[in-house]
Amino acid sequence: MTGMQLSRDELLRAYRTMRIIRVFEDRVSAEMASGDIPGNTHLYAGQEASAVGVCFHLTEDDKIASTHRGHGHCIAKGCDVDGMMAEIFGKDTGICRGKGGSMHIADLSKGMLGANGIVGGGPPLACGAALTAQVLNRDDVAVCFSGDGAINQGTTAESMNLAQIWKLPVIFAVEDNGFGEATAKSFVVAGEITKRAEALGMASAHVDGVDFFAVHDAAQEAVARARRGEGPTLLHIETPRYYGHFSGDPDNYRTPEEKSAMRRERDCLAVFRSRVTQAKLLDDADLDRVDAEVQQLIDSAVKAARAAPQPGLETLTTDVYVRYV
Amino acid sequence: MPTKSYRQALNEALHHEMGRDPRVIVLGEDIAGGAGASGQKDAWGGAFGVTKGLLGAFGPTRVRDTPISESAFVGAAAGAAATGLRPVAEIMFVDFLGVCFDQIFNQAAKFRYMFGGKAVTPFVLRATFGAGTRSASQHSQALYPIFTHIPGLKVVIPSTPYDAKGLLIQAIRDDDPVIFLENKLLYDTVGEVPDGAYVVPFGEANILREGDDVTIIAFGRMVHIAMEAAGQLAKEGISCTVIDPRTTSPLDEDTILEAAEETGRVVIVDEANPRCGMAADVSSIIAEKAFGALKAPIFKVTAPHTPVPYAPNLEAAYIPDAKRIADAARAAFTYRKS
Repeated sequence: MTGMQLSRDELLRAYRTMRIIRVFEDRVSAEMASGDIPGNTHLYAGQEASAVGVCFHLTEDDKIASTHRGHGHCIAKGCDVDGMMAEIFGKDTGICRGKGGSMHIADLSKGMLGANGIVGGGPPLACGAALTAQVLNRDDVAVCFSGDGAINQGTTAESMNLAQIWKLPVIFAVEDNGFGEATAKSFVVAGEITKRAEALGMASAHVDGVDFFAVHDAAQEAVARARRGEGPTLLHIETPRYYGHFSGDPDNYRTPEEKSAMRRERDCLAVFRSRVTQAKLLDDADLDRVDAEVQQLIDSAVKAARAAPQPGLETLTTDVYVRYV
Repeated sequence: MPTKSYRQALNEALHHEMGRDPRVIVLGEDIAGGAGASGQKDAWGGAFGVTKGLLGAFGPTRVRDTPISESAFVGAAAGAAATGLRPVAEIMFVDFLGVCFDQIFNQAAKFRYMFGGKAVTPFVLRATFGAGTRSASQHSQALYPIFTHIPGLKVVIPSTPYDAKGLLIQAIRDDDPVIFLENKLLYDTVGEVPDGAYVVPFGEANILREGDDVTIIAFGRMVHIAMEAAGQLAKEGISCTVIDPRTTSPLDEDTILEAAEETGRVVIVDEANPRCGMAADVSSIIAEKAFGALKAPIFKVTAPHTPVPYAPNLEAAYIPDAKRIADAARAAFTYRKS
């Protein structure tokens, strides 16, 4: 079933999840300015259709590995939004009890193997999750989200080869937002990203990451291929990155005109709205209701995170090991 | 009790645990060998023959020859451990740590802490270490201090066949990431090893010899060299305690401190380089916690602050030997505070 054939409930779920990510990230950006968030954040706004379009096909048993820009992946994979916000505020009620922060949000019970502070840290881990499924003869798949920056890490090349020779059920979702930190992709990435998969005999697709339906359909095929035991796929998903690399980034390497055009012309939420309303699958009122509801959800998450206690000092030395004599 | 080699003891541990638990898999370069080739299967059984026979017993799904991609397969082992398997990865030489350290110390070691206590990563990384095989600077190092420095890792250095089997079984059953380091000059050494499965717990030092005059603490193969030195010293009337901590993380501080306090004279023997190594670490613990009992400075016998050389005479001078240990023990024994 293609994305445009989804049920009304499924479409609302996809829109709602994208909307949660957008409002979450915009709010984190605003809260950063207050000085009450202790660390740094790398915001996913603009890329929502990628995480949601891919994770739409995953169950809780499927695994994902993520990146430093991981909030969107976490939300799309079902991590608790209140717990995430509290984690970013460094609170005891955080999803990692305040020990991980923005770059290490994880919930293994949801199949979320962690955002990752290391560019290229995730591909071997996703291969490992896929290996578990293969050895235990389960039909779970693993998705490795990474950026265009990680495509130049050796771990990515090694993992793609490993996945292909072992026919691991893994999908390499390369989110190409055009920038590795402050350097344009065109300056540091040789050749086309899908060609790197082709060189290994791996299936690949180039996808417009502004179009939820395009991502949905490409990921559907990739996930089905992996579940059938036919091995990995690379998805090259082109997306905008609305904010700078990190929350304090002046983002002065892009012109103001470029940035406003990006937000105007490449907004996955606006594209989704226009597609579903023109096709009369949903109407504006349906989507507006979701917007209002999501705003409340995020307001409430921030309120709860601000009110939550800091971690107890006794937790500084706990959970380094399961057991340590 | 049957006598077996260190290599066979390790092989038995792997057989036991793979037979007991279908979640245990092994992976690494040429751990079987001959994959995809026309000749013998299980051609090598690992670069040092430790994993020989596992392929035939457990099949290629659980015994996986990998590409020469240490980051990918060590990281895959970490990811598999976090999602339900109990992988044992092998890197042939611990020196190859240089190409896969991120997956060990930024990923596997930190999952549990940075995920708020929710991850369990039962991951074993086996590797050989140590000088003495004329393999020079990139195949001979003793890098266990680097792993010992990292919270979240456990580090094991068995010195005998008995310990090798019991510690490896413990490592595989352990729910934390374990770095398991085998000195390659020990593979052909023999000792008594029970046929059945047993564990040697982590963090419990082995006291090989008890004496009144000097306490010698040694790691890995250095335990045997220290015992040789202690034998010579006994003939001179200097009686030594020899302690093998067996694991550097966790470290059995209690046994080390008790032995240091009993003699008041301490020699620490470590094949690693001296700066920030185990000799320096244990020395600082004793200096801090048993200062009042010390009758002499703590003597450290280590490799020099150099890479491992190739020429046989230079390599021999690099590795601590019984003479240097005995000299240090005599100096500790005869030292008098002025």
